[in-house]
Amino acid sequence: MLPLGGKARSAKGVNMTEKRFHKRSIFLVLYILFALLPIYWMINMSFKTNEEILSSFSFFPQHLTWANYARIFTDESWYSGYINSLIYVAINTVISLTVALPAAYAFSRYSFLGDKHVFFWLLTNRMTPPAVFLLPFFQLYSTVGLMDTHLGVALAHLLFNVPLAVWILEGFMSGIPREIDETAYIDGYSFPRFFATIFLPLIKAGVGVAAFFCFMFSWVELLLARTLTSVNAKPIVATMTRTVSASGMDWATLAAAGVLTIVPGAIVIWFVRHYIAKGFAMGRV
Amino acid sequence: MNATNKPINQKAWWLVLPVLICVAFSAIVPLMTVVNYSVQDIISPERRVFVGTEWFASVMRDDELHQALWRQLGFSLSVLLVEIPLGIGLALSMPAKGWKSSAVLVVVALSLLIPWNVVGTIWQIYGRADIGLLGHALQVMGVDYNYTGSATDAWLTVLVMDVWHWTPLVALLCYAGLRSIPDAYYQAARIDGASKFAVFRYIQLPKMRGVLMIAVLLRFMDSFMIYTEPFVLTGGGPGNATTFLSQYLTQKAVGQFDLGPAAAFSLIYFLIILLFCFVLYNWMQRVGTQEVEVEK
Repeated sequence: MLPLGGKARSAKGVNMTEKRFHKRSIFLVLYILFALLPIYWMINMSFKTNEEILSSFSFFPQHLTWANYARIFTDESWYSGYINSLIYVAINTVISLTVALPAAYAFSRYSFLGDKHVFFWLLTNRMTPPAVFLLPFFQLYSTVGLMDTHLGVALAHLLFNVPLAVWILEGFMSGIPREIDETAYIDGYSFPRFFATIFLPLIKAGVGVAAFFCFMFSWVELLLARTLTSVNAKPIVATMTRTVSASGMDWATLAAAGVLTIVPGAIVIWFVRHYIAKGFAMGRV
Repeated sequence: MNATNKPINQKAWWLVLPVLICVAFSAIVPLMTVVNYSVQDIISPERRVFVGTEWFASVMRDDELHQALWRQLGFSLSVLLVEIPLGIGLALSMPAKGWKSSAVLVVVALSLLIPWNVVGTIWQIYGRADIGLLGHALQVMGVDYNYTGSATDAWLTVLVMDVWHWTPLVALLCYAGLRSIPDAYYQAARIDGASKFAVFRYIQLPKMRGVLMIAVLLRFMDSFMIYTEPFVLTGGGPGNATTFLSQYLTQKAVGQFDLGPAAAFSLIYFLIILLFCFVLYNWMQRVGTQEVEVEK
């Protein structure tokens, strides 16, 4: 019986595997360093005052201050931005996934009139720079009374998130052999039961990735979110653009706000980590 | 989407209907409005003159636009050439299970979650020789680096910033794709004594085809439309060395506040991206299908 795992012997001997293990680890460590250093610098800045940021270079803050974070947690215009963003991003992710799953299944399993064209058309909705579309969007949403609401922004973001979710899910669904569907029907599963108990667990990785990307793209989207909101649903991304004033840029507060914007997304990916990382055990059905 | 032996079933349209409603609501009306603007001269909200294709012709003749377009093409090409292999490599290096996989997943995803104007701001400070880690380190090593003065440095900085920001997208997609490969394939490869490269070339890469297609198309589109990060970092400069197409469009639309030409420009912009994506999509589909045929 062949041993499993990273230290398994290949035909070329043990050295091959160990060298591979080593090279990839070094590469990973280097990349993580590359990825984390700017973020560390942002954290570093968030604990300094503006004067200290602009005047000296230091790895650690010389006069560590919590004032930036305090300002964000106490000033309502700042923390409400986080709450607003979280609300409409959550609404958007739920709706995106809910409508994308059946559509992806249809594209993956069936052939129907215009299917390839509609599939490609979906993606074309991500191909326009939003600058000129802001005004029509503004007019449309004013007319239907969705201005400055969380639902309004969530619906607007469906434009680019739903196509992405459909494309990602379709890709993962197509990797599941149709025999599994057929076996389930022969065994007497109804479609909803089959979908929920058998199919979804098999495409876990796709669902996890799609959910995370919907969250992420909606979370960072600035133009639409800023155009469609004024007071009640103002997102944190819009509030952060306020940091430029007559006295210059408020680097410190911006850095602190930036650090805090990472937190919800980090929590989301922590929650979906098992979806993304778990393999798919074929042959269990 | 493969066309292999799928049963024809028109009732599947019902499954697609919710998606169509959600997307069309936000897509059709604004698009129609922009098309409307693009064929008119809007002198004031009351006075509009139909000018047909005049804006389109003048946009196509614009020399600065051609330059911005070339810069943009060069940038998107560089982005794809760096980020796709790097993302694949990263996905292959990320651990598959255990607590380390969760930690690495979170660390890798961090750069995606930062609002884009903050990304530009961070790199703005990061690259400065006086108060930024990167700038300072380069200065200490004796490298003459100045992203505000030198066009090459500005280009490189914008490129590295984009790589830092978006490679995790490619990596996460490929990582999820890799996790979907059943262990049986790897066991069979081990039995056959396949080399590491053969495993990559014949098992992993074909299975990642779907996610790679999404990654390539997404990165191409988003890099072709990139605006905030380079704008915040370099403002398009020095001169217009890093003024890419989207910034040029915004300059025209906002600066001159002329909706007609801006709308025409937007439509042309859209058509360029559409053309490239269509070509990329079909090419990648064909490459994948050829591989399947070769295996048979």
